Amino acid sequence: MTWITLFCYGIWTNAPFSFIVFYAGLQTVSQDALESAMIDGASRLQRIWLVVMPALKPLAVFVALVQLMDNFRVLEPILGFNAAANATSLSYTIYTALNNQSAHMFSSAAATSVLTMICVTLLMLPILIRTAKDFGAQT
Amino acid sequence: MSVATRQAPMLKLGVTSFVLLWIFVAAFPFVWTTWGSFKVEGDFFSRETWWNALFGVRTLASTGSAFTGGGYYGAWIESEFWRAVVNTAIVACCVTLISLTFGTLGGYALSRTNHRYKYWILIAALVARAMPHITLVSGYLLPFFQLNIWGYLPTSIIVLVALNQPFTLWMLYSFFIGIPKELDESALVDGCSRFKAFFLTILPVAWPGIVTTGLFSFLLGYNDFAVTSMLLTQENQTMVPKISSFLFKIQSEGHVMYAVAAVVSATVPIFLLVMFFQRQLVAGLTAGAVKG
Repeated sequence: MTWITLFCYGIWTNAPFSFIVFYAGLQTVSQDALESAMIDGASRLQRIWLVVMPALKPLAVFVALVQLMDNFRVLEPILGFNAAANATSLSYTIYTALNNQSAHMFSSAAATSVLTMICVTLLMLPILIRTAKDFGAQT
Repeated sequence: MSVATRQAPMLKLGVTSFVLLWIFVAAFPFVWTTWGSFKVEGDFFSRETWWNALFGVRTLASTGSAFTGGGYYGAWIESEFWRAVVNTAIVACCVTLISLTFGTLGGYALSRTNHRYKYWILIAALVARAMPHITLVSGYLLPFFQLNIWGYLPTSIIVLVALNQPFTLWMLYSFFIGIPKELDESALVDGCSRFKAFFLTILPVAWPGIVTTGLFSFLLGYNDFAVTSMLLTQENQTMVPKISSFLFKIQSEGHVMYAVAAVVSATVPIFLLVMFFQRQLVAGLTAGAVKG
């Protein structure tokens, strides 16, 4: 149940960002390409699949990347819903280690932070390599 | 509307109903909270039936009218929420200004240079953008204690700017790269210095992008919880940590309503801000970041 709440809350807060970005992106899809696809006899589904989707692909990567980064650091919902007993995140672990009233556990927080950083870097490695390759192609 | 975007009636029905459903899902919590913030705790968190929150049975019984400003009075005046509002305003404005100053200059420089290190800087910025904020805070906390600068607003402003900088750098870089080099070259030929060319020709052209980036920076400073809750003293708290401190102080009845009223007070300015800037927001995204 806690998990479902967290998922719903996450979708509720984060989906609008994707909406706005895709809305902006859809306006840049070339109308000419759409019309010529129509003249060539492409059905609606084919038009979406073959014209709009490829045009939005870089954008989808961008949105996926941003959402992944943002949701990896989930902290407030876990505090707010008191969900720590059932679902914690790395950020929450660090937060409680730092926020401990009796003794600040700096070293434990630092250790978790380093582990988190390694996790994030590993998670992003494929995208990083791709970005580096794109840059390489430009020069 | 062009032929290519014409819709079949069934599709139109489906799309419209989904949009209506989403509007309901998205707006309902805000409407509910705003409505409930004018009730007493016994109504808004009623154990008997949620109809109480709608009609305010107990509010009527205890205050004599169906609406009460008690939550707002308690939050703003008794618990000095206005102090948190002032702090948030200072933090968010400073974060926006400083981030934009460094971001525009840095993004412009990166978009015009041909050195190889520019890619490394951008990739490092991407990695830094991905780090959870709290990991950096855990590193800052001890030095801040030792330097005796913990708990002041400027400290957390600096940390927030540092957290925000990778993002502004990327956004503005992608805007400036879209502006043709010939523009600043022609300004240089006409006798402008680099700075003058930047201020007089590039900045006006990049304006929608700067507005969008500024808006996102402002939201980061405004919404931040991880940094401000760890780095500020009780007196210097900004809105979000203050609200959470209301929420977790539930010994006396009515304190939760302070939190609800404070939440509504914190949401309204953001709502107005985004309504005001929505056109620029989409224009900015279309012009720059979205092109990738």
